[in-house]
Amino acid sequence: MAKVPVQFSLNGSEKAEFVDSGATLLAVLRGKAGDTSPKGGCHQGTCGACSVLIDGELRLSCLTLAETCEGAEITTTAGLAEAGVLHPLQRAFMDGFAAQCGFCTPGMLMAAKALLDRTPNPTREDVVEAISGNVCRCTGYEPIIQAILAAARANSHNAA
Amino acid sequence: MPLTLQTFSTIADAGAALKASGTRYLGGGTLAVRAANEGDLSFSTLVRATDPALSAIAVEGARATIGAGVTMAAVAAHPGLAVIARAARAVGGPAVRNQATVGGNLFAASPYGDFTVALLALDATVHAGGGAIPVEEFLAGRDGFTGIVTAVSFAMPRDGGFRFLKVSRVKPKGVSVLSIAAVVEEDGDGRVTAARIGLGCMADRPIRAKAAEKALVGNRLTADGIAAALAVAGEGTVPPTDAVASAWYRAEVLPVHLKRLLLAR
Repeated sequence: MAKVPVQFSLNGSEKAEFVDSGATLLAVLRGKAGDTSPKGGCHQGTCGACSVLIDGELRLSCLTLAETCEGAEITTTAGLAEAGVLHPLQRAFMDGFAAQCGFCTPGMLMAAKALLDRTPNPTREDVVEAISGNVCRCTGYEPIIQAILAAARANSHNAA
Repeated sequence: MPLTLQTFSTIADAGAALKASGTRYLGGGTLAVRAANEGDLSFSTLVRATDPALSAIAVEGARATIGAGVTMAAVAAHPGLAVIARAARAVGGPAVRNQATVGGNLFAASPYGDFTVALLALDATVHAGGGAIPVEEFLAGRDGFTGIVTAVSFAMPRDGGFRFLKVSRVKPKGVSVLSIAAVVEEDGDGRVTAARIGLGCMADRPIRAKAAEKALVGNRLTADGIAAALAVAGEGTVPPTDAVASAWYRAEVLPVHLKRLLLAR
C-alpha cells in the first residue's frame, strides 16, 4: 500500500510523516508522531475524547483523515504545558478534581481551550455548550464546568 | 480493508473518479469516515474535491446559496443566515459542527439530519451535476444518487418566519427524538396562507408533513386553529425505533411538539 507524505505542525514543532492514505489523524498522532494525548474512544464522533485543534478549530481527529491536514497547525493536550508549567486549564482541572479516570480529560481540555481562545469570559451556558460534544462518565460534568470557569477567571485576573 | 483518499481540485474530476466502484464522497468525514471506522466495507476509496466554490456562502437579495462543503459552524456564524442559524446549531457538538457539512447532512440517516429538516421547510433546491431539483425530490431518490451535490439554495424566510425545534433527551446536545422545522405564511388577518413543515426522525429520512400543512391553511395559529393540523400530523410518517426513542413514543409526542412550535410567538 502506497504511503503518502504529510507535513504538519504539532504543538509548534514541524512533523513530516509517511502515512497510509486514508489513515485518520488520530492514528497518525498516536501511532506515528508519538502523541498519545488524544484518546480513541468511540471512533464515531460521539464521545469527543479524540478532540484536537486544527488551525485553532476544535475537530475530531478520529473522523479526520491525516492527509487532509497537510500544512495544518495541530494542537493537542500534550502541547498545553509550557516548559513544565501546566496550562491554567490543566491547573484548574487538577485543583478542582475535574479528572477522575482521565480518559475524557484531553478532549475536555481541547474543547475548553477552543472556547477560551474565542470567549475569554464565558458564561456557564457557554461552557456547557462548549463541552456538549464531550462525554464524561465519571465526574457528572459539574467539576469540569467549574474548572473551566475557574481557569477563565484566573486568566482574566492575570491579564488585569 | 485499508482506505485510500483521492483528492481533486475540481468537482468534475472528483465526479469522474466517483464513477469507479467502491468509491464514496468525503465531505466533513462525520458520515464517511465514521462508516469506515465502523467497518463499512461497501467502499474502499474516498474521493474529495477541494474546489473553493463548495465552501462559499452567498446571500443575495432574498435568496441564499450555501456550498455543499460549508460546515454547520460556518452556517451558524454567518450574519446573513441568522434566521436559520438555530437549525445549524442543533447539529452535533462544536467539533462535529466544525466538520459536518450541509451537503453531507442531506445524506444523514435518521436520527441524524436535523439541518435537512430545515431545508425541507425552506423548500430548498439541491444543486448537483449542473442540475437543480427540489430537496424533497432529492431526498426521495438519494439512495441511488451517485454524483456530487455542489450547493443548496432557498428563499430566505422573513425575520421570525422560520420555526425550528429539536427534541433530545440529553441537554444541551443529544441525538434527536425528533426535529421539526416550519415556515408559515399568514395574511394580514392572521390566517395561514401557506405552510411547509419538515419532520426529522419520523421516517428513515426527513419528510414533509403534507397533511398538517394543508390543514393549517385558512386557519389561525391558535389552539383551535391548529387542532386539525395536529390531528393529522402523523399522516405518512413511519418513525424508526432506535436507542433514543421507540416509534410509538415518537408518534405520540409529535403533535405535542408541533403544537408548541406552532403556538410559539
